Amino acid sequence: MERDDIIEYSLDSHHDEAHGKLVRKTIWKVTAILTAITILEVALGAFIKQSSTLWPVVKWSFIILTLVKAAYIILTFMHLGDERKSLKWVILAPYIVFIIYLIFISLTEAIAVNDALITYGA
Amino acid sequence: MGGHAKQQIDTASLWGGKVSPFSASYGKLMMWFFLVSDALTFGGLLVAYGFTRHNAQDAWPIGEETFNSMPFLGHGYPLLYVALMTFILIVSSVTMVLAVEAGHRMDKKGVIKWMIATIIGGFFFLGSQAWEWSHFIHGSEFGKVELVDGSQAIVKGHFGELKGFTVIEAGKHHKKGEVIKEDLLHTFQHAAEKGHINGNIITLHDGSKATIQKEADHDVTLLIKRDGKTNTIGEQITGKAAQEMYDGAIRGGVANKVIYGANLEKNEYGPQQYGQFFFFITGFHGFHVFSGVVINIIILLGVLKGTYHKRGHYEMVEKTGLYWHFVDLVWVFVFTFFYLV
Repeated sequence: MERDDIIEYSLDSHHDEAHGKLVRKTIWKVTAILTAITILEVALGAFIKQSSTLWPVVKWSFIILTLVKAAYIILTFMHLGDERKSLKWVILAPYIVFIIYLIFISLTEAIAVNDALITYGA
Repeated sequence: MGGHAKQQIDTASLWGGKVSPFSASYGKLMMWFFLVSDALTFGGLLVAYGFTRHNAQDAWPIGEETFNSMPFLGHGYPLLYVALMTFILIVSSVTMVLAVEAGHRMDKKGVIKWMIATIIGGFFFLGSQAWEWSHFIHGSEFGKVELVDGSQAIVKGHFGELKGFTVIEAGKHHKKGEVIKEDLLHTFQHAAEKGHINGNIITLHDGSKATIQKEADHDVTLLIKRDGKTNTIGEQITGKAAQEMYDGAIRGGVANKVIYGANLEKNEYGPQQYGQFFFFITGFHGFHVFSGVVINIIILLGVLKGTYHKRGHYEMVEKTGLYWHFVDLVWVFVFTFFYLV
């Protein structure tokens, strides 16, 4: 008896040469963007030092640029952008919630600990 | 890409069994779930790093002060090497996605070509990391010194070349008048750590004493990383004063005034935990890269055998690709939070 409960989803993700060309174009575009961002980050780091007054701006641009890079890798290279919306959020939502919570709680705590060290000594 | 995931399925049959509500295969879903949990592990590590760093505040070393060397070129290239490593990993991620794309066209030759490129990229990255670790462990020529007032400083500048040691008092191995030309830097640093250098006289392993022939250091700058009685964190000392303080620390004949390189107990770059986090985070990531390379090789063997071609699709390549991109993704964050910020 032929089983009808197994669906080979992967067979549906095949594409032809013409579509492949489009896909490759996107891949090279994303490569260029990722490389450009990395070069920009190193240049920013080389010219603006941590002692500079501009540093907080640079620091936040690093963080934002990193998130942009991450988004391109996840959505294009890992194809999460092409998956169903439900899958996308099942992957991203728990992670985002947990990690924001973790960052918030640890950095708040770290600053408090540092204050205590300064006040009461190590 | 896309394919079934984009097709419209009516809601009744979508959640009614028999089809995956996500239109993705079991294997791919499980790979995603694994990646989410692994990403939380790395997230936890980086957050712990942030916690420790915020605790230490200004005593924490800055990436570009620590990582400023290039192979064959020497010092003075802040972060260029790490940027190169990042680029290598991004390129290997690109070749991986090209392999996946070739798989969607059932182009076996294309898959083989791009997977081999990915594996080579992975080895390049691992090699770069080995070089970086070795550099981090051996440390700089100057080391980190403890000054007279109890403060600690990392040292920047140009280290004058060692020319030789001329033995003036014979020991077990060396005779008087002998000029030692080998392994100078290592001997010098070891003696400085032990407090065996007094002024211009070095006491060697075998108990012999020798004078040091060395070119002068240039542009020595001390960056204070731990408070002392007079110097405070963040202060910079330059010029003749810096040179004198530095020489006082390494040539004072007192042990434990200088630290070279890094291990799990001490390091010359900053607080202890800095070295530990460096070894753990980049090591754990490097271990992932290594596993990725091994998995890629296994999948490549499957491709060469034609297993996936017979199966009618190259989803295995897609799954190993997901893992490989994830490794790249983690590195993007490590690069920012460990090296840049």
